[in-house]
Amino acid sequence: MQGILKKLMKNRAFLLLVLPGAAWFIIFAYLPMFGTIIAFKDFRIHPGGFLESVLKSEWVGFKNFEFLFSTDDAYIITRNTILYNAGLIMLGLVLAVTLAIIMNELLNKRLAKLYQTAMFMPYFLSWVIISYFVFSFLNVEKGVFNQFLVFLGEDPVSWYSETKFWPYFLIFLGLWKNAGYGSVVYLAAIAGIDRSYYEAAMIDGATKWHQIKFITLPMLRPLMIILTVLALGGIFRSDFGLFYQVPRDSGALYPVTNVIDTFVYRGLTIMGDTGMSTATGLYQSVVGLILVLLANYAVRKIEKDYAVF
Amino acid sequence: MNDLSKSMERTLLSAPGKKKTRDINAISPLWNFIFNAGVCLFALSCIFPFIFIIIISFTDEKTLAINGFSILPEVLSLDAYRFLMRSGEQMVQSLGVTLTVTVIGTILTLYLVSTYAYAISRKNFDQRRFFSFLAFFTMLFSGGLVPGYIVVTQVLHLRDSIWALIFPSILNAFYIIVMRTFFTTTVPDAIIESAKIDGATEFGIYTRIVLPISLPGIATIGLFSTLGFWNDWFNALLYIDNPNLIPLQTLLIRIQNNMDFIVQNSSQVVSYDIAATLPTETVRMAMVVLATLPIALAYPFFQKYFIQGLTIGSVKE
Repeated sequence: MQGILKKLMKNRAFLLLVLPGAAWFIIFAYLPMFGTIIAFKDFRIHPGGFLESVLKSEWVGFKNFEFLFSTDDAYIITRNTILYNAGLIMLGLVLAVTLAIIMNELLNKRLAKLYQTAMFMPYFLSWVIISYFVFSFLNVEKGVFNQFLVFLGEDPVSWYSETKFWPYFLIFLGLWKNAGYGSVVYLAAIAGIDRSYYEAAMIDGATKWHQIKFITLPMLRPLMIILTVLALGGIFRSDFGLFYQVPRDSGALYPVTNVIDTFVYRGLTIMGDTGMSTATGLYQSVVGLILVLLANYAVRKIEKDYAVF
Repeated sequence: MNDLSKSMERTLLSAPGKKKTRDINAISPLWNFIFNAGVCLFALSCIFPFIFIIIISFTDEKTLAINGFSILPEVLSLDAYRFLMRSGEQMVQSLGVTLTVTVIGTILTLYLVSTYAYAISRKNFDQRRFFSFLAFFTMLFSGGLVPGYIVVTQVLHLRDSIWALIFPSILNAFYIIVMRTFFTTTVPDAIIESAKIDGATEFGIYTRIVLPISLPGIATIGLFSTLGFWNDWFNALLYIDNPNLIPLQTLLIRIQNNMDFIVQNSSQVVSYDIAATLPTETVRMAMVVLATLPIALAYPFFQKYFIQGLTIGSVKE
């Protein structure tokens, strides 16, 4: 006991530094983790405050989960979340690496810098702003797409109620917004590759394509793996704005836009179903944790050095 | 193959003082052109919508009603901006909220992130493993939206308060990773050791030595944070009902479907016939332009810090 106190005293300066941040984590991250037990309760608000409400609410076991998984929604939101995220992760990786390699090869470096600045722009804007951009293209009467269709002699399309186009729109927008961000990371990694590899390969007669295939891509592999494992950890989490704001919360589009995050949000704000929304959130967190641990375990089995932890 | 060795020969033979010859490993002009065209097209698609919105905001409302959104409108007009000047109180109010939240939030973020990251970056801090885990575990697992919402509304009672827009987002583990990596890579141990020998306290070392040489890292986190608060609308969607407290982005959501919002909430009395003829579509777009302009103008200047932060953050341990 005295040893511990002595140790704490010795580290008091660091402990004071870390204290405010640690307090934030406890209140805003760990207290909600404790709060997830209301997924197993019939949550009722008691006058004694949060803790009393949590403790005094009645246990209902897995009833909230049973309720969730007995609906079609559970299947739809899980499918949408996983397919969209898997698509965004894979295509995002290909796009970012391709852009980085191309940008690295461009002869005019100032032009490349200019492209990079332009491609970074969407990353700095909120989904609200981007939803306005999208609206200027998809508006039924005035939008660019429908003007074009009318010009071609076709019937205008009511975009915000036609489900079949939205998977493409959403994937495109997700890639478009983050392409600049992704390519920068890989561009920096390419810049860090030792030039002498390329010189040696050239002397051996390697073409540009050979160099990319046998030097650049293998050198980027660890970074690709690490970033993908981390992204897999979030495969059950979606960019809320993309799926809620961009389709303008259009009810007709729910079958293709509803993901776990939007489902939880609507469950909380519209239906006020605290228990089931919490259960859905817990399902999201637990499966997400399992997935990232599995992905990391798999990487560790194949190439120990590439594992994140 | 033959071409390659020929051009190699040419480069090797050229005298060093001569004008620079083409790098023999560079891509051919044809591929350079193809790559340029492809990337250029994509880059244009990234800035085109913004330019388009600006043009729409300057379009005459009647022209817009007849012709739809167009890159080359027949009649231009400043009506949308005039309308905002006249009855834009809600816009000014929301801009004020956004600015306040951004400034206070960023200052608090920098304080929390830098102190936490500095402590866990120091090898002689005995509990650093515990506190590192405390932060990084939150990246793997979270309580989810609902318990977080209940904590903010029922434990902290922050509903309809400006702090509800600030507190939930002032800290996250990713910022701490970036900042810790920055401290461990740029602050040499020798400096800290020598300061200690000279009798400096831990706080003295932190404020007078570590912070000044870590300014680029601070700038990176500051920018991430500024952008996060400026663009935030989710917290307001959850916690704010009072029109006096809604930030800019949320105002844009509210007027997305309901232009009345800005009319009702301006103190100026707008009569019904004005309301009937007010330039709705172009005003919306003008507001988008005004909400985006500060970032669009400033970001080419802070882009290099972002890139620095990104590349640091993605490096392993």
